[in-house]
Amino acid sequence: MAKVGLDGHDRGAKIIARALRDAGMEVIYTGLHQTPEQVVEATIQEDADAIGVSILSGAHMTLLPRIVDLLKENDAEDVLVFCGGTIPKEDIPKLKEAGVGEVFTPGTPTKKAVEYLRRAVPSAS
Amino acid sequence: MASKGKREGREKESASALAEGVVAGDKRSLARAISKIERGDENLPALFSELYPRTGEAITIGFTGPPGVGKSSIIAKLIRLYRDEDKKVGVVSVDPSSPFTKGAILGDRIRLADHFLDKDVFIRSMGSRGHLGGLAAASRLAGMTMEAAGFDVILYETVGVGQGEVEVASAADTVVLCLQPGAGDAVQALKAGVMEVADVFCINKADHPQARGTAAEVRSILEIGHELDPDAPVPPIVLTRGDTGEGVAELEKAIEAHRGHLIETGGMERRRRASLRDFVISWATGRLEKEMEERLRGEDADVMERVYERRLDPIAASGKILRQA
Amino acid sequence: MDTKKTAKERWEEARSKTPERDAEFSTMSGVPIKPLYTPEDLEDFDYDEKLGYPGQYPYTRGVYPNMYRGRLWTVRQFAGFGTARETNRRFKYLIEHGQGGLSVAFDMPTLMGLDSDSPLSPGEVGTEGVAIDSLEDVEKLFEGIDMGAISTSMTINAPAHVLLAMYVVAAQKQGVPPEKLAGTNQNDILKEYIAQKEWIFPPEPSMQVFKDMLVYATEHMPRWNTVSISGYHIREAGSTAAQELAFTLSDGFAYVEAGIEAGLDVDDFAPRLSFFFNSHIDFFEEIAKFRAARRIWATVMREKYGAKDEKSLLMRFHTQTAGVSLTAQEPYNNIARTAFEALAAVLGGTQSLHTNSFDEALALPSEQAVRIAVRTQQIAALETGVANTIDPLAGSYFVEALTDELERQAYEYFRQIDELGGVVEAIEDGFQMREIAEASARYQREMESGRRHIVNVNIYEPKDESDVELHRASLEAEREQVGNLKALKERRDNEQVERCLEAIKKACREGENVMYPTIEAVRAYATVGEICKAMQEVYGSYRETPWL
Repeated sequence: MAKVGLDGHDRGAKIIARALRDAGMEVIYTGLHQTPEQVVEATIQEDADAIGVSILSGAHMTLLPRIVDLLKENDAEDVLVFCGGTIPKEDIPKLKEAGVGEVFTPGTPTKKAVEYLRRAVPSAS
Repeated sequence: MASKGKREGREKESASALAEGVVAGDKRSLARAISKIERGDENLPALFSELYPRTGEAITIGFTGPPGVGKSSIIAKLIRLYRDEDKKVGVVSVDPSSPFTKGAILGDRIRLADHFLDKDVFIRSMGSRGHLGGLAAASRLAGMTMEAAGFDVILYETVGVGQGEVEVASAADTVVLCLQPGAGDAVQALKAGVMEVADVFCINKADHPQARGTAAEVRSILEIGHELDPDAPVPPIVLTRGDTGEGVAELEKAIEAHRGHLIETGGMERRRRASLRDFVISWATGRLEKEMEERLRGEDADVMERVYERRLDPIAASGKILRQA
Repeated sequence: MDTKKTAKERWEEARSKTPERDAEFSTMSGVPIKPLYTPEDLEDFDYDEKLGYPGQYPYTRGVYPNMYRGRLWTVRQFAGFGTARETNRRFKYLIEHGQGGLSVAFDMPTLMGLDSDSPLSPGEVGTEGVAIDSLEDVEKLFEGIDMGAISTSMTINAPAHVLLAMYVVAAQKQGVPPEKLAGTNQNDILKEYIAQKEWIFPPEPSMQVFKDMLVYATEHMPRWNTVSISGYHIREAGSTAAQELAFTLSDGFAYVEAGIEAGLDVDDFAPRLSFFFNSHIDFFEEIAKFRAARRIWATVMREKYGAKDEKSLLMRFHTQTAGVSLTAQEPYNNIARTAFEALAAVLGGTQSLHTNSFDEALALPSEQAVRIAVRTQQIAALETGVANTIDPLAGSYFVEALTDELERQAYEYFRQIDELGGVVEAIEDGFQMREIAEASARYQREMESGRRHIVNVNIYEPKDESDVELHRASLEAEREQVGNLKALKERRDNEQVERCLEAIKKACREGENVMYPTIEAVRAYATVGEICKAMQEVYGSYRETPWL
């Protein structure tokens, strides 16, 4: 679970992290203010199956494609990327095209994120 | 999905190919090898037979101490010093407090974030679920895998000062116990039996008004131990500040001095032998436990039923599943 | 009919015959709510002691004798994005249209003490506010505007001293001395650790910087408000109303103690302290919170800190409706939510109000959405009649009981914080963050289990998602800002900058007031990032222990 960008709104990231933990998953929380480089490096070292990116600063079109590209550069494109935050509807198809697996907008129940991960990452269930 | 297929393919990759990757210093290989340890993968024995001969050269340090003392900040600064000496640093960050059956949130990387982009620093978090032979054994294997991948310094970091933490930290050549001023940490640590295993004491938050008082308190506790065993060296006490890095260079020196003393006196050899012996026992115990569980679930399923019905006593039952009767 | 029974007993009997609907009868913060409040709930209620008159101790009914019959609250919408030059054009437009108070929102890199060319900045330069790297940008921001004739509110915290220094020097260059400058900077660093998480240094040195600013402003800037003590972000992070109240006021008391420790008389600076609260969706709880806040502040300031000046006792505050209450689903419904929240703020006696735009759960607000938000306030002020009488809910059995309950919970938190050794120590211990994380998780559970409802989120799910016109931030500002910064670094006297940064480090090490060398450094065009980095070399940097 990663917080990229400079905003400090970590309520959503923490709620999702707790929900995934309660669903039996092991969650590595990166803390605030991470660059895409730092997130990808942590993903590789921790051998994570998926990266959940929480972003509310409006910089999602800059930062998310960057994470996907860095995963490719590191031969780690098998890692699933999903995100949540204030993301305008019309950006969602663009993000999915860029390689983001799923986009959760504010108010999505946490169980949807849990169900999604269980479906998309076999080892998560 | 193509990417999923790729991932599954990786799960099946041969132990020797993975070992080759680890030894070549490939980070993804290293990360995947540690995942195999966490899962108790069937390829683990084959993998380790190749990696083990390449271990034993690294400086290994265990860090323990209650949560909130600023261990990670000190470790972050210590990593900086080792990096200045051009040493590659591996960190195994262990949280034994996470419940065994449920999921876990591991957040201790955060304080090491300054090193996230250094290609010669590798940080791995470990929770406590599903480890054959216990978390201490698994974290030890993770550290050894880092050694095989060419890391010169391995830091075992734990959260808290319980028995689990002590076991993790004491696998290292040097054990550092971090305490903070006031808060009665020293007394707690004494109760938990950590004082005995610590080789270097670090009182963090040196700017705190009670820092010197706490150092004196620790010293007096240590000196009592010293009277009982006059030959043992009195562990040094270093005052540090995790926020500014003050005192961390002294801490590094104290760790180095402890190593030097161990090597000189032959203590290092004794210590490593004892620790490897413990490791073999705990691994074997873990395997045995797993086997017994499997028997109770499978071929010996009726044994427990007979115990529940008071037809077979528990001691006789244990003999049965051990195939002794 | 049994005549021996009291009316109340008969009511209870009648009530018990009809089952209650299946719902959560508690405030959103978990305060249980009874079906009915009666005089029994206010036994021993002393009007003079608990309420008094508007403009009189303990100010429960409001800080001014005439409240909104004298002057309505100020509509204060916080906005700003892009480069200094764009914002300058906007400011001039506002001044031409009669607005004397300017509000500056800064972009995320500036708020974190980073320059536009920092590796952490891409995608965020000039998007959520104006990008400021050096004095040059502040000069552009106020070009052609008489800085002695306006009042400026700057929403800046961790690097507030740098921005204040830039404001002072930009004004001096216009020939306006610091004594004539009017305005506010948020500068509430404690709530950054607790909730908003935009920090630079660890808590203790941050409090030192706060003291330096307070002393500087008290001596040189009599018209400057050094801090706006903020609960808004604490609430947005998921706290309860009582936590927002308690943590904000305890932060306020910590700043008062800092001022006293720095050798100031409490009445020299306390009159210029102001507050900033959230107005959430639980209507009565919010009103109770605002009323309790005024009473607690007045009482503690007088009884504990010995404040004598009336102005030190009265709590003035700005309110913003709750951003977290907005939903991305059927966004137009947010107009209704915001209106209820605005009404609670007004009935709670706020001095100024920001109403959120309905599209803010989706993106930065569009112009149309901002207009509706402002209109909402105007409708409340001029059409609903709620501004015709002062504190209209006073004496309501329910509202007074709830006000007392929130007050009680706040004092209970003060006690716990005191036991931990004070606000800074409690932060270092993670106390407030743990409490908030727990409250936030509890609320989420209640929502997901369906015990609490959010329309169009977990009940009456939206049929279709309406298409809304959204504001898009451009990356133009980032390119321009990074280019300007590069040119500045080539043009300025870099040796002079180095010397100034050394002087700042020396002041930090030796405990001298850091404002003076900071003013000299910004005059030499040292950047926000350079100054903060130099200070971090002495003060260290902060990394939180996450409480999940």
